[in-house]
Amino acid sequence: MTLFLTVLINGCILGSVYALVALGLNTQYGVAHILNIAHGEFIILSAFITMTLYAGAGLHPLVALAVAGPIVFAISFVLHRTLYKRVKDMSANIGEFEGNAILVAFGIYFIVQNLMRDKWGSATSGYQFMAFPVRIGPADIAANNLFVLLWAVVICVVYYLFLMRTRTGKAIRAAAQDAGAAALLGVKINTIMALCFAIGGLLAAFAGVLISMKEPFTTVSGMNYTTIAFIVVVLGGLGNVKGAILGGFILGIVGYAVSTYDTGMMFAVFYLIVLVLLIVRPKGLLGR
Amino acid sequence: MELIKTAFFGSTKSKVQLIGVIAALVILFLSPQFLNTYMPNFLAKLIAYVVLSLSWTIFSGKTGYISLASAAFYGLGMYIEALFGMNIPLPVVMVFAAAVAFAVAFGVGVVTLRLRGVYFTIFTFGLALFLQKSILWIEVKFFHTKGRMVLAYSNEAVFYCVLVVFAILIFVVILMNKSRFGLALDCIGQNEDSAQHIGVNTTMTKVLAFAISAAPAGAVGAAIGTSIGYVDPDIAFNMLLSFLPVLMAIFGGMRSMYGPIVGAVIFFVLQDYLMREYANLYMIIFGAVMVVVILFMPKGIFGLVDKAIAKRQRNFDGEVIGDVK
Repeated sequence: MTLFLTVLINGCILGSVYALVALGLNTQYGVAHILNIAHGEFIILSAFITMTLYAGAGLHPLVALAVAGPIVFAISFVLHRTLYKRVKDMSANIGEFEGNAILVAFGIYFIVQNLMRDKWGSATSGYQFMAFPVRIGPADIAANNLFVLLWAVVICVVYYLFLMRTRTGKAIRAAAQDAGAAALLGVKINTIMALCFAIGGLLAAFAGVLISMKEPFTTVSGMNYTTIAFIVVVLGGLGNVKGAILGGFILGIVGYAVSTYDTGMMFAVFYLIVLVLLIVRPKGLLGR
Repeated sequence: MELIKTAFFGSTKSKVQLIGVIAALVILFLSPQFLNTYMPNFLAKLIAYVVLSLSWTIFSGKTGYISLASAAFYGLGMYIEALFGMNIPLPVVMVFAAAVAFAVAFGVGVVTLRLRGVYFTIFTFGLALFLQKSILWIEVKFFHTKGRMVLAYSNEAVFYCVLVVFAILIFVVILMNKSRFGLALDCIGQNEDSAQHIGVNTTMTKVLAFAISAAPAGAVGAAIGTSIGYVDPDIAFNMLLSFLPVLMAIFGGMRSMYGPIVGAVIFFVLQDYLMREYANLYMIIFGAVMVVVILFMPKGIFGLVDKAIAKRQRNFDGEVIGDVK
């Protein structure tokens, strides 16, 4: 029972971060059709910004949400306006665009990762924040982990409400369903696509800030988060917001359960889940 | 038989091509006689890149399904050599590595290529990482080690092994381009629905082409593995090698067989130079080149050449000849 509760709580903590990471990627793919391989790099960039602010200027890590967030948002917006828009205009159809966009994203991945490596080196980095245990029932959970869970859930809920309750959110949902029809109905489709790509970056930045509070990171660990985001997105259904959140939590719980048995098996199990899913239900758990 | 006849002797163009290819292979075959001992090593790696880029084009260049699994097959070959190379001679291991790569690709293809769209790319992208982590786990858990020593062969031996793979590959590509199979692949790339309507078994064609394209990567992986001396999962499965073939093929241009070859040669020489002179900047430059190539020369060097020729002809005749787009 104790083990079960520990796995459940820790799994949810891991899952909340996965959900956030996947939500960003899903927004970028679902609307802008960019499978952003550089997603993880912006997570790591934000983690380093947070660390610099915390260790250097003594600012609370949450302040970094307001610093790293807008920076990555702006970078992503500009990237879409300059590079991806051009690639989109060049490509004959959506399939060709998706292919070219992946390659451009890979170029950006390389540039960002190596700029970071020049600046911060390749050693493992991290800082101590709220590193004391909290007792929940029979389980001891680190306070920073609970803090991360809380904020990840808040961000997910706010983003969900933004999509469902605001006019811009409605436009984004329309663009995700049928970009052509949405454009005919007066949605500024290019702005919405750039915005979605930027929002994806914003969510990556938020995820990076939260990740930096709970675990160490290196300039080369971005690809791990990108891969996990891919898996979660396939699990929940490509372009499905609720699916990404649900998939994140499921993968988090499964991942933590496996890692209590043997950490080395975690990724193999994730991959087998995708394999089975593609055979049985390729549209994902909540896919249409 | 009929196919071989049309592919190699069907027209003047194909005869010239055949003579050119054989001449190039003979020159390459004799080259170690005239070069210093370092050069065969350099050339072996260069040809390995060419093989990766050309074999990637067999499937992805034609159908438009982007495979990011080159590193997985290459690494698989390398690891198989590390496992069996001590007891079994290299050429045998290479054949075995090619067979394993073929089988893995076939399995992956059966699962993912039934589906259209981006699933294939996502899955192949994760494949290298999956193999890397799984093999690492097996090694640590059951063999209490992280990597393995690999038996070294002379530079020349490795060079000839890789050259044979290249020679086989190039003849397979020429044959494929003239065959119904190659036409079916082209057709899938242009419009998959139409391909299905005119009776192409699209799934089977895609799966088979993907498996064929994986085999040479496995074989050259095994050969190059011997020149490293020590292989562990992190070394064998390098994500960069999943993207390099794509970039090299696009850089050269995929309209003809020579595009990926030229692209790979230019890229390898450039990489060799940049890594020696600007080791820190190399990766950043690589990323920038990737973006620039996609944005400004999506049809590659050969595309630029086509464009220049079309422009000249237009100036001469006052009208557009050929596809300038």
